[in-house]
Amino acid sequence: MAHDIPDPAGHHGTSEMVRTATSESRLARYVLIGLALCFMGLFVLMPLAAVFTEAMRNGPGEFLTVLSDPETFSAIRLTLLVAVIAVPLNVVFGVAAAWAIAKFEFKGKAFLTTLIDLPFSVSPVISGLVFILLFGSHSLLGPWLQGNGIQILFAVPGIVLATVFVTFPFVARELIPLMQEQGTSDEEAALSLGASGWQTFWYVTLPNIKWGLLYGVLLCNARAMGEFGAVSVVSGHIRGLTNTMPLQVEILYNEYNFVAAFAVATLLALLALVTLVLKSLLEMKFSEQIAASRRH
Amino acid sequence: MTASTRKRWQFRQPSVIPGFGLALGVTLSWLILIILIPLSGLLWRSSALGWSTFWTLATDERTINALRISFGTAFAAALVNVVFGVILAWVLVRYSFPGKRIIDAMVDLPFALPTAVAGIALTTLYAPNGWIGSLLTPLGIKIAFTPIGIVIALVFVGLPFVVRTVQPIMEEIDKEVEEAAATLGANRFQTISRVLLPGLTPAVLTGFALAFARGVGEYGSVIFIAGNLPYVSEIAPLLIVIRLEEFNYPAATAIAAVMLVISFAMLLVINLIQAWSRRRYGYGA
Repeated sequence: MAHDIPDPAGHHGTSEMVRTATSESRLARYVLIGLALCFMGLFVLMPLAAVFTEAMRNGPGEFLTVLSDPETFSAIRLTLLVAVIAVPLNVVFGVAAAWAIAKFEFKGKAFLTTLIDLPFSVSPVISGLVFILLFGSHSLLGPWLQGNGIQILFAVPGIVLATVFVTFPFVARELIPLMQEQGTSDEEAALSLGASGWQTFWYVTLPNIKWGLLYGVLLCNARAMGEFGAVSVVSGHIRGLTNTMPLQVEILYNEYNFVAAFAVATLLALLALVTLVLKSLLEMKFSEQIAASRRH
Repeated sequence: MTASTRKRWQFRQPSVIPGFGLALGVTLSWLILIILIPLSGLLWRSSALGWSTFWTLATDERTINALRISFGTAFAAALVNVVFGVILAWVLVRYSFPGKRIIDAMVDLPFALPTAVAGIALTTLYAPNGWIGSLLTPLGIKIAFTPIGIVIALVFVGLPFVVRTVQPIMEEIDKEVEEAAATLGANRFQTISRVLLPGLTPAVLTGFALAFARGVGEYGSVIFIAGNLPYVSEIAPLLIVIRLEEFNYPAATAIAAVMLVISFAMLLVINLIQAWSRRRYGYGA
């Protein structure tokens, strides 16, 4: 088990030698640390390790063959395409929502904030289902869409819509607390010096919120690329056409093609790791400019 | 703009900051188009079923079982997460050990790792021939393809909710409170269980509710490990998908509506906990 290193911040710095009244016995500490590490190992680290070892089960050769498969390639392309459309849409929405909610006082603000958080409490499957009910052949819009040759479900627009629905709150909920904390004095100063509204936004507000915005984009992107339930319902699983990477993982796995499934999963796991590293870096360097970062 | 000036005057407090109309306009139209119309479409479609049809579909035996499994496993997983999430948060806030920063960052892995990837990884570990499953099979314990497997997947998914809700509140605990308790003769266990933990109650409750709500709706990480046996290990979101694949839209709609109403009730409970804790403890977890 790990050695206890005295904390330089002095939180419990002397506990190594003398047990103070506000620290636990060495045994209690070791037991708690041990429990926490075992739990993390069992539930978080081992699954991650399993992804990589299973992908490499038959050596790197087969791993690379799978990744150069045209179907994998089209899944990667679709995943990137969906993220490239969905993330900027949510950035525009998030900034607008945060501007309205953080910079102004108006009636119904708390209710609006709750509505923005709504997608978090909706099952991903339901997030997909609502679009089936809206655009499917049995719906009101269905016959009209068919008559005009507009394909939304089982095509890219449906996948984008479901992804936007699921990732809707990510940027907004990151920016709202941050911009509330920053207040309006910087903007008021800029305006009183003769800046226009847009100038104020570009040269004053945006630099103030850029790290928080980046943080929101990071989380939004991770979810957009990894979304499974909602996309699975609206995609129709057409191979090489409407399969995103997570869907491709499912199909390969259900075909008992485990090495291939885990090979594609490796790419998604790497994306998750890169996201975590960037997230930790942002938290370390710009913690005061990232607001409610520790939740979601 | 000018036509609505008088109305807006009552609606919001005056401010020199420009762009309220534009920002609120973009926000509301996007919110209505992407979230509110689709969701109300679902509720409208389920009300169009008529009450008796809706009731028959919602109380179908397979549906009831699926809902019971979803809520039961999510509840069990949230309980496990409360216990280990609080221990983990405590260890991360109070102690230092090698690799602490990495462990802290890895707590967010379930947020970042796509659920399908988590699902196949957990299944591989807990399957009878997997790393963990093969150790448990000789003992007669079966995890994958049983409801216990569902709980395992939901523990993974819900872990960050508890840790990330409790951790910031733990960081803010004033040390003087502990010192006061110690000088008044409390031993360490009493200080923690009677002084520190009660103050964390709202945060723990919020974390529990968030993990529970997430677990109820979870799909991707569960379907691989669950075995998906109707009446035994079939979760409600999966039953929705099955009904959709059968083109049984009324049944899918009815199950979704039941889940949605319960989720919104959960959201309300979370908001109430936070309002209560702001009054009682001065913070909204």
